[in-house]
Amino acid sequence: MAFLDRTARGLLLSELVTGLSLTLRYFFHRKATINYPYEKGPISPRFKGEHALRRYPNGEERCIACKLCEAICPAQAITIEAEPREDGSRRTTRYDIDMTKCIYCGLCEEACPVDAIVEGPNFEFATETREELLYNKDKLLANGDRWEPELARRLELDAPYR
Amino acid sequence: MVNAVANFLLNDPIGIVILTVLEALAILVPLLIGVAYMTYAERKVMAAIQLRKGPNVVGWFGLLQPFADAIKMLTKETVIPSGANRVLFIMAPMLTFVLAMLAWAVIPMNNGWAVADINVGVLYLFAISSLGVYGIIVAGWASNSKYAFLGALRSAAQMVSYEVSMGFVLVTVLLCAGSLNLTTIVLAQQKIWFCIPLFPMFIIFFISALAETNRAPFDLAEGESEIVAGFFVEYSSMSFGLFFLGEYANMILMSAMTSILFLGGWLGPFGILPVLGPIWLILKICACLFVFIWVRASFPRYRYDQLMRLGWKVFLPFSLFWVVLTAGVLMAFGWLPNAS
Repeated sequence: MAFLDRTARGLLLSELVTGLSLTLRYFFHRKATINYPYEKGPISPRFKGEHALRRYPNGEERCIACKLCEAICPAQAITIEAEPREDGSRRTTRYDIDMTKCIYCGLCEEACPVDAIVEGPNFEFATETREELLYNKDKLLANGDRWEPELARRLELDAPYR
Repeated sequence: MVNAVANFLLNDPIGIVILTVLEALAILVPLLIGVAYMTYAERKVMAAIQLRKGPNVVGWFGLLQPFADAIKMLTKETVIPSGANRVLFIMAPMLTFVLAMLAWAVIPMNNGWAVADINVGVLYLFAISSLGVYGIIVAGWASNSKYAFLGALRSAAQMVSYEVSMGFVLVTVLLCAGSLNLTTIVLAQQKIWFCIPLFPMFIIFFISALAETNRAPFDLAEGESEIVAGFFVEYSSMSFGLFFLGEYANMILMSAMTSILFLGGWLGPFGILPVLGPIWLILKICACLFVFIWVRASFPRYRYDQLMRLGWKVFLPFSLFWVVLTAGVLMAFGWLPNAS
């Protein structure tokens, strides 16, 4: 009986036909391709992209040079030098993130006690020279100013889970 | 005026030469365009089966993609390995491509429309596919590379094995048709297309055609992910392009052979719309090509020993048995063609 079964399946190529019918069905399905530069896929509010340094609503920069992010960074991509500012507050004079060393793990964002350093949703920051990817404090603060509304929204959405 | 031109073309020796050249061009130019768009069709159909869109950037719906690919190939540097035999290296792709083109001389597009309506058409086609093996062997040998050589040997052995069962399938068709002339074979299918009484042979012929043209699932010799293009690994730019196009031209040739031998050639189903003769043939060739691509996207690759076992231990006995069966049935019922 099993012999007849195998013979029939072999002669009638039934498994091949099942396979072919499956692929033919898929031939008529809607395609999953998105037209990339003009259409983009959805991104979660927790997406870890380009870094930014945030400010308080009154304009004061959040970073207090506690160097927790520098300590926890697994790739040692963050370099910080700190000095008291003219008004006596504790601030950084140098805050560099080497984006080519960074592994985009988000630990710096997790470690920061004041939500100063965050990872934004931007992943399209390719450059033509390597030097442009070594971000310094000005670049990061500028990023922060540019992306602030989006960063604030992301933090708000993710706050219940942190 | 028209009469004078026609007289010149048909009777004057130079006129006959010019006419033949024009006929050859009438076959070759559409064929080359067909081969180019076959690459496009393959990418689009395989993409659709894999739930993605194929090329759709170059021109409307990506229709200019084959030309972009051709320009890319032409502008690349042709690398000849230092230890390679130059003459053979250059000659191999030319041989493959020329043979693929040559076979189209006998394919009839409509009643009386074959460029060369020889009485041994089937034998000619079979000889051309056997010569195709030379192109592969020469390519592998001339590359002076271990892997290319092994790939070529495998591919050649595979092609030869499946040609044997293809031969027996052709014998069954010839028994039913009574002549080696392709036009006669098509005309013999006016009552019923041969794919219906000879259905298992149709399937075996199709699968052997897949193996003959090194197409998936029998493409181990050029397995893209395994031995990186097998016997033509050392080829680049236009030589590679010629092999590639030769493979697609072979595919189209095998589809044409299937359509003529089994699917009724230029005859419509139930003989309707005979005015559409060549269009029917082209539709059948397109359907066969779609199945070629469909099969490529559906099945995993055969391992080499499984492939050879299939050719010799499964297809050959079966087609041999079917030859005897067909001959027996035809004799018993007195349906032999040309029977007095």
